[in-house]
Amino acid sequence: MRILEGQSVTKFFGGLAAVSNVDFHIDQGEIVGLIGPNGAGKTTLFNLVSTAFPVSSGEIRFKGQKLNGLKPHRVCKIGIGRTFQETKIFGNMPVIQNVLVGAFFGTPTRVSGAGAAREASQALEFVGLSAMAGDSIQDLTLVNQKRVEVARALATGPELLLLDELMAGLNPAEVSEAMELVTKIRDKGITIFMVEHVMKAIMGICERIMVLHHGEKIAEGTPQEITANKEVIEIYLGEETHAGS
Amino acid sequence: MDITRLFTTHRKLLVVGFVLFILIFLATFPLYGNAYYIRLLTTILMYTVLAVSWAMFSGTTGYMSLATAAFFGVGVMAMAFLQKTLPFPVVIVIGGLLSSALAFLIGLVTLRLRGIYFAIFTFGFVMFIGQTAYYIDSHILGNVWGHQIILMDPGMLHYMMLGLAVVTLLTIYFIRRSRYGLALLSIGGNEEAAEHMGINTTMTKVILFTISSFFMGAAGALMAPAIVYVESRIAFNVFNSFMPILMAIFGGMGQFYGPVIGAAVFGYLDRTLRVELSEYFMLVFGIILVMVILFLPNGITGLIQSLQNTRPIAKLLHRGKEEQHANT
Amino acid sequence: MTEELPRLIITGIMTGSIYGLLAMGLTLQYGVCQVLNISHGEFVMLGAMLTWTVSASFGISPLLAVAIVGPLLFVIGFLLQITLFKTLKARTPSPPVFEGSALLVAFGLFYVISFVARISWGSRSFLNTVLTDRVSFLGTSFALNQIIACVIAVALGVAVYLFLSRTRLGRAIRATAEDPATAGLMGVNTSMILAFCFGLGTMLAGIGGILISWRTSINTQIGFSNTVIALVVVVLGGLGSVPGSFIAGILIGIVSRLVSGFWESVLIVPVYYAILMILLLVKPTGLLGKR
Repeated sequence: MRILEGQSVTKFFGGLAAVSNVDFHIDQGEIVGLIGPNGAGKTTLFNLVSTAFPVSSGEIRFKGQKLNGLKPHRVCKIGIGRTFQETKIFGNMPVIQNVLVGAFFGTPTRVSGAGAAREASQALEFVGLSAMAGDSIQDLTLVNQKRVEVARALATGPELLLLDELMAGLNPAEVSEAMELVTKIRDKGITIFMVEHVMKAIMGICERIMVLHHGEKIAEGTPQEITANKEVIEIYLGEETHAGS
Repeated sequence: MDITRLFTTHRKLLVVGFVLFILIFLATFPLYGNAYYIRLLTTILMYTVLAVSWAMFSGTTGYMSLATAAFFGVGVMAMAFLQKTLPFPVVIVIGGLLSSALAFLIGLVTLRLRGIYFAIFTFGFVMFIGQTAYYIDSHILGNVWGHQIILMDPGMLHYMMLGLAVVTLLTIYFIRRSRYGLALLSIGGNEEAAEHMGINTTMTKVILFTISSFFMGAAGALMAPAIVYVESRIAFNVFNSFMPILMAIFGGMGQFYGPVIGAAVFGYLDRTLRVELSEYFMLVFGIILVMVILFLPNGITGLIQSLQNTRPIAKLLHRGKEEQHANT
Repeated sequence: MTEELPRLIITGIMTGSIYGLLAMGLTLQYGVCQVLNISHGEFVMLGAMLTWTVSASFGISPLLAVAIVGPLLFVIGFLLQITLFKTLKARTPSPPVFEGSALLVAFGLFYVISFVARISWGSRSFLNTVLTDRVSFLGTSFALNQIIACVIAVALGVAVYLFLSRTRLGRAIRATAEDPATAGLMGVNTSMILAFCFGLGTMLAGIGGILISWRTSINTQIGFSNTVIALVVVVLGGLGSVPGSFIAGILIGIVSRLVSGFWESVLIVPVYYAILMILLLVKPTGLLGKR
């Protein structure tokens, strides 16, 4: 089933097209990667899916429902969760409370206090941070803060999870752990759409990869097909600046 | 018994006891105080309501409201118009509701935009409401000479203001503990993330703004008898937007009681010093606001908190706490 | 009634040109320094009052006083930015927090300046008008001071616009407003630029005040209403857009004369707010605002 679909998605900022006529689709249960050089429009595309800003033209559909005109809080409730490139945690709360926010507000129906608390601690346990539940989130390392972000997104009960550069700033061991976590999430039945620069992760866990350049989709395929694609090699993989492995 | 242990183990009891003592003092004051001091305390309580209400919204969301004077003035005018037709407590509630209605409208229009538009809109709003009220009052209704407010027993007024202050503080307390309070906290933490976690940030802000302005309007209606003579042009004075901000920031918005402390300090100063050296004191208040924002952004309570973490005696207290935790 | 209309519109343009001047200064301060200076009107008042002092104490004509009071207000603004707001910026790195704090600092400044003025000059009104002869035009007469003030305001407006768009310093200013970090890396002394722009803003306000004082009586309380007007104009023109605020100033000036001519002058601000509400609902970025 196509869980996410985009047709001719375009976004202009002033005169500049950050995303230009992009068609894409994601099937349920996939792990799909989105790569491209800096400024290619990857996070913009994510922001369009989460409706952080509206498309200039084109349509995005989630499980057949048009996302145009919805606000981000609505999009979260219908089943799209996300993390952010610059970890947007709630710095003024302890770890468990961060996740609690997702549990309370991210679901389409009202949850009880006990229910939310349960969801939150389960999500924290899933990412392996139960021991730090009561700690102030400011005290955590970047890796762990990113994990809290994931837990928070998971607590909203998503069917589709958007991961924006989850691996950025992680060392190789941490990258492997993160890769395992992502696979574990998918095994729970959540579809994953991830923006990444870290090649090891992309090649390792993505079943399909899309490549953006200057806002346009220039290639799409399996990791093998992408690594063999001359255009991609020229534009992106040849840069070697972000090879995380 | 070791006095430091008394402080650590029974800290909560001490705080509750202190608060009760203050409440009893305030509640019984009219029985033995003279009119001047009763009025002074009432004014401090009024400022407490305003400062706490202001901090309730602007402190948590980061959206600076400069419209406090507008809501206060609406309450005052409500009393001026309705004092003869409705019972006193009813008019107070109506004053609050009218302010809320206005706040709701302002909020719907401006809280979906960046904070700067909200600040700009609320700043001039005092003038807008003032001029509109003046036009309606003098040109349409023909009240060129303003309104005389029915006098009220200072003791009675004092009780009601105390009641309003308690209600305001209780409201904040319950909001903070509710899931609505969690939503507000997350908006303060990271508004974009909050929106993406399912929180309708605009409506959340609008509702809080509406609630906070209720108390401002009620305070205005309640204070009207103390102002005695009310005219639309003086009921709306930017000063009433400025003072609650000064009080809340000076006191510190990190803690519940920060604005209360600010209200006490500046309410006292304003009331006692206004008559003689008013201009110099306004000047000093302005300088204080600037200095506090620059050098003491967490206010007095913030200062106390940071001192608590460094003073040797405090370290002793904290160690006592750790031992206590280790033993349980 | 139909003879009224042209007169009201022309007077509106003349009043509006001064509003435009005020608004340009305010929008510059916000666009470049990220300070929403709600004490802006106090500098208008200072310009007017200082001109009076200069005239009364030294016998200098209010016309020439511009040359003295203008630079003086520039210096005041320059110093304020380089001491107050720069310190604040250093202590609040997060831009939204800085914006809120700077706003409140400006609020404090409002009280400081207006009460220093109140202490220095008292509360009474002063009359320091010049060029009061009337000039006939289109069947009615206009005061010469109005016409000359308008000409000066427009000239200044154009000068500032050209300065910002054509000169090297102007380009540096625009770069700093767009992206201070990059501008700094490219060798721009952002500290000086910020101070310069803030000073320019207060100077424009002060000159506006001087021009106002040529026409009407002034006192130490005129600041607040001028701040409100400047704020409305700035939003209408688009926050950060210098040409936008001048054009919006003219429009608001016309609106104010029309309202006071056909209705009541007390309703001028309410009408502004009605316009503001519609604007914020439909196009909050204003006439020429970006984004």
